[in-house]
Amino acid sequence: MHWFSLEYIAMNLGFLLILIGLWGIITRKNILRIIISFSLFDTGTHIVIVAIGYIRNRTAPILDTLALQKDTASKIVDPLPQALVLTAIVIGLGVTALLLVYAMKLFETKKTLDIHRFNDLKW
Amino acid sequence: MLRNSLFLIVLAAFAVIAFTLVNAWHPAESLSPVAEHYATNGPTEVGAANLVTAVVVTYRGFDTLGEVTILFVTAAIIGFFLSLFHSESPEQTDRLMPASEILSTASKLLIPFMLVLGIYVFVNGHLTPGGGFQGGAIIASAFVLLLLADPLSKLNHRIIAMVESVSGVAFVLIGLLGIFLAGGFLDNRILDLGTFGALLSAGVIPLLYIFIGLKVGSELTNIIGHLQQTQKNR
Repeated sequence: MHWFSLEYIAMNLGFLLILIGLWGIITRKNILRIIISFSLFDTGTHIVIVAIGYIRNRTAPILDTLALQKDTASKIVDPLPQALVLTAIVIGLGVTALLLVYAMKLFETKKTLDIHRFNDLKW
Repeated sequence: MLRNSLFLIVLAAFAVIAFTLVNAWHPAESLSPVAEHYATNGPTEVGAANLVTAVVVTYRGFDTLGEVTILFVTAAIIGFFLSLFHSESPEQTDRLMPASEILSTASKLLIPFMLVLGIYVFVNGHLTPGGGFQGGAIIASAFVLLLLADPLSKLNHRIIAMVESVSGVAFVLIGLLGIFLAGGFLDNRILDLGTFGALLSAGVIPLLYIFIGLKVGSELTNIIGHLQQTQKNR
């Protein structure tokens, strides 16, 4: 039954998103769809990392009530993975923006987004 | 056919790896030692009610500096990349369709509120969920709405670049001040920690998050502005 508790659901969904993203990256032909698959992959890793820090029956690491401020360590989930994911989201945003601009440039040179048409480096 | 089966083998291998990982994983019962240190000593050492902010800005502030730098480099590369191929060509603006009445009216109404919400989110980053990156993203989305409603409006890149560089330099300077006035680089105890949970508390964290918010907002706006300028030439 433990497969239906929240942390397992989040973990499985994260890995499912990673697999869908990987499938998209290796099978799709349109560059924009590859970039969307990359975003899915990225989001999947974020969900997995946040799920690692989750602890059952605990609350968010924001100490806004007096009850939370004493004996904090036994009442909150791990703040470290959340901070790391915050960093990862911003880096993912930067990488996605670069990918999109690069796709725009590729379209301008060949007027197509089909990945099989870009075979200049293939031998 | 061979190609498809190769894809299938790769995906199946990854699925097996993922399944083994999840199967062997046990949810944590208690905090890791590092997180326990943050939870027990964070309120007295850093003074931020939002522990994630304490980790992001103070305990791992150096990471955040690197992250802001990566975002800056991304914006710079995109600006360089787009301006390299789009040197001042005559603009063909007559083919653009004007935005609908609803969009242009709603943008005039909403943009001030979006800017205020963004500022609220990064000023309160040490007390409530949110912070510099989230607030900066909200501010940038206000400018996206502005460009959607009026695609011909020009963003002033000089002001954006000014805000960006001033806040970046201020971020590093506050970090360096920490070496001389407090325990080390990006230490937040330059100012008094104040009462826990008040708006003016947690040392320089609110100040740092204001600069991060301005920097992220101006960088994202810069990227969008560059993309919009290339669209005009079509």
